[in-house]
Amino acid sequence: MNGPRACPDCLRRSRLLAHLAPYIEKVATGSPGSRSPELLRLSNEDLAMAVAPKVAEQVLTQVAVVPERRLEEDLADARCWACCRHDERYPVGLRDAADAPWALIGRGDSALLGRLEPGEAVTVVGSRRATTYGRQVARELGRDLAASGMVVVSGLAFGIDACAHRGAVEAGLTVAVLGCGTDVAYPASHRALWRRIGEEGLVLSELPPGTGAWRWSFPARNRIMAALAGMTVVVEAAQRSGSLITADLAADLGRDLGAVPGPINSRASGGTNGLLAGGACVVRGAQDVLDAMLGPGVSMGERPGPALEPALAATLAAVEAGADTCDAVAEALDVSGAEAAAALATLEALGYLTCSLVGAYARTMLAVPDV
Amino acid sequence: MLATAQTFTLDGIAARPVRVEVDVHKGLPAFSVVGLPDTAVREARERVRAAMVNSGFQFPLHRIVANLAPASLRKAGPGLDLAIAVALLTASEQLTLGALPSLALVGELALDGSVRGVPGVLAIAEAARERGIAAIAVPEENGAEAALVEGVEVIPVRSLDQVAALADGEWAPERPEPMPLRLGSPGGADLADVRGQRHLRHALEIAAAGGHSLLMVGPPGAGKSLAASRLPSILPPLAAEEALEVARIASACGRLDGEAAGGRPFRAPHHTVSPAGLVGGGNPPSAGEATLAHRGVLFLDELCEFRRDTLEALRAPLETGWVTIARSGARRRLPCRFMLVGAANPCPCGRGEADPECSCVPLAVRRYQARLSGALADRIDVLAAVRQPSAEEMGGPPGEASAAVRERVVAARERQEGRLGPGRCNAEMSPAELRECRLDESAAALLADAYSRRRLSGRAHDRVLRLAQTVADLAGSASVDREQMAQALQLRRREES
Repeated sequence: MNGPRACPDCLRRSRLLAHLAPYIEKVATGSPGSRSPELLRLSNEDLAMAVAPKVAEQVLTQVAVVPERRLEEDLADARCWACCRHDERYPVGLRDAADAPWALIGRGDSALLGRLEPGEAVTVVGSRRATTYGRQVARELGRDLAASGMVVVSGLAFGIDACAHRGAVEAGLTVAVLGCGTDVAYPASHRALWRRIGEEGLVLSELPPGTGAWRWSFPARNRIMAALAGMTVVVEAAQRSGSLITADLAADLGRDLGAVPGPINSRASGGTNGLLAGGACVVRGAQDVLDAMLGPGVSMGERPGPALEPALAATLAAVEAGADTCDAVAEALDVSGAEAAAALATLEALGYLTCSLVGAYARTMLAVPDV
Repeated sequence: MLATAQTFTLDGIAARPVRVEVDVHKGLPAFSVVGLPDTAVREARERVRAAMVNSGFQFPLHRIVANLAPASLRKAGPGLDLAIAVALLTASEQLTLGALPSLALVGELALDGSVRGVPGVLAIAEAARERGIAAIAVPEENGAEAALVEGVEVIPVRSLDQVAALADGEWAPERPEPMPLRLGSPGGADLADVRGQRHLRHALEIAAAGGHSLLMVGPPGAGKSLAASRLPSILPPLAAEEALEVARIASACGRLDGEAAGGRPFRAPHHTVSPAGLVGGGNPPSAGEATLAHRGVLFLDELCEFRRDTLEALRAPLETGWVTIARSGARRRLPCRFMLVGAANPCPCGRGEADPECSCVPLAVRRYQARLSGALADRIDVLAAVRQPSAEEMGGPPGEASAAVRERVVAARERQEGRLGPGRCNAEMSPAELRECRLDESAAALLADAYSRRRLSGRAHDRVLRLAQTVADLAGSASVDREQMAQALQLRRREES
């Protein structure tokens, strides 16, 4: 199977955005950069004229003369690929948006693009200055959604975004949409996470490789996140948080909108509680998201794990009954330490269990198949 | 008149020869000691003077200069007293060592002329043999220790006048019985005391069999320290040469108990220990806990409470088996091949997050556990989650005794030595040797699966391979099967994701 392709015109559009980035930065101010999605609706010529009338012509020619081969080489050098709106692998969700990017630059296994359907993707966003509560919820939500087969889309930012990614990457597929080139790890302290998502999931952006981060490019990537997923969940956001832009964009597209309730006296949860008051779906956990997206009653872990031998099933039952260390399992089942160790490691490898830094086992959401 | 005497001074754990030259000549009465003496050596003047007078000798009222050659070497400790006194007696013509031209003397003098024990006599006796010295006079209480060294005559002396009797040929002492050399672990600590706790026992056995470092995590009072202190008893017995090495270190650090020498040491420094206390240091450099634990177990209880720089200081020694202490004066290498065993609580309050009583906030738990994944943790292979033993286990029969476990460990070690060479174990396997591990197809598939799902880092992959090899060696199988690989995966230390 061939990888996704992008036509030169669409790739030139992303180049144009990179060239115009400093000019857009000046125009799209106000509440930081919130006008950028509107600007990006414009055609090449109108956009250039709107943001940089003096140099518009010069920039347009500059981009127009970039040879086709150069466009592709630059992508290959950055170990990225591109998929434009004329390719059949272009994510379906983006086709709903009038201001969708012409081309998506990606990093990671391009075959995973096929799984990025609105019905199976959830965008999880929230404040960069998240509380412990928010982080914990984001991580669990990310993990449980990914474990039940959903694609978790987020923006790799500090706080909620990173926690959602971390949870999801442990259990399944996650997609990071960046406001800079896909080969730029921004924020830099998330480099390890960025690399891991690049290896196991997807990193997407509408900007060409090497482009830095601009204030306007974050609301711009929010519109991509909102369009990619069938539902957007805001985990924690203050009254005027940037993640509420994503929520607005999602609502504009007719996507489902969910919010995690927070304490009513917490400033950090002002925005999410406001969304709930405005009719957003209450998200208490992954099950609420699945109910909203797949219809009530469709339970999590619908894709059961591999079948278990009786000894492994007994070990799993022991862990479920509260034996959280290897020692406890060995005593509960009256087997040797070696046997218990082998069984636990096998269950961990099969995805039924996770083990903490201190050797405590916990059950994942993965369901056991009916025999 | 001029006279000389041969003695030794301790430099770290090695003995260096020192020649004491004493010159007595006319002038205002004075006694000076030159040649880089430390305070204890300089104070020898007073001890020597009193000891001589109280033993019935004359203290010459002349100008006395004692030179300690080589002058560039720093001399420490009171062990030079005896040699200075004998050289002074010879120089003042009160004693003739004519019959004993090649005699070295060590010992501290008491004011009444009796000779007190000093540290490091074992190393000194060995150094004397290497330099071809025929006989060595040592304090009587160190006689048994010096007698461990063959090929040098050992003269245990109790007092200064005994040396005079020896010189006159009036007294011919017998060679003392050498101190028994212990090859196993000292004391009656037995693994049978660890009741139940099968996983912990399993982890201890694997760690002992492959020389893997071990981290135990569990609530306070769950038996972590007990288990660690039993670890030396299941390690293979020391070779005689190794036991001598252990005894030499203990002797130089003044830690030799009277009954027996050698045996696998067990050291458990408190978590407030300084980097110098742990790996050695100071000026002049002295051995730290890491060196004292040579060939034995270094147990770091409350691993998370140790200062970060203290733990960092352990990294290089763990890797190389040597502590190198560089000072402006000298550079010293001290041996430290030990098994590292750490213990930690699962969270700051110690109960573990699963316990409903645990009141630790998640952030504090995360910070606490982050300390478990520092640079030192990189060197730890095995993780054992320890749990409070249940009432039935506590009241139940004792566990398998150390002797039985040790037999299996010895067999596993023999297999490793057959493959890797004498004295080596699986924990030290190089990447090239790792590639020669024989894995069953299913075991290789399990490892590859765990690796590709990113549950393992590259380093963790190698760690699992080492552990798996040890599990297979214990079972006596030629290649690693799936079950053994699964055990290794379970036992490996976890990393933060």
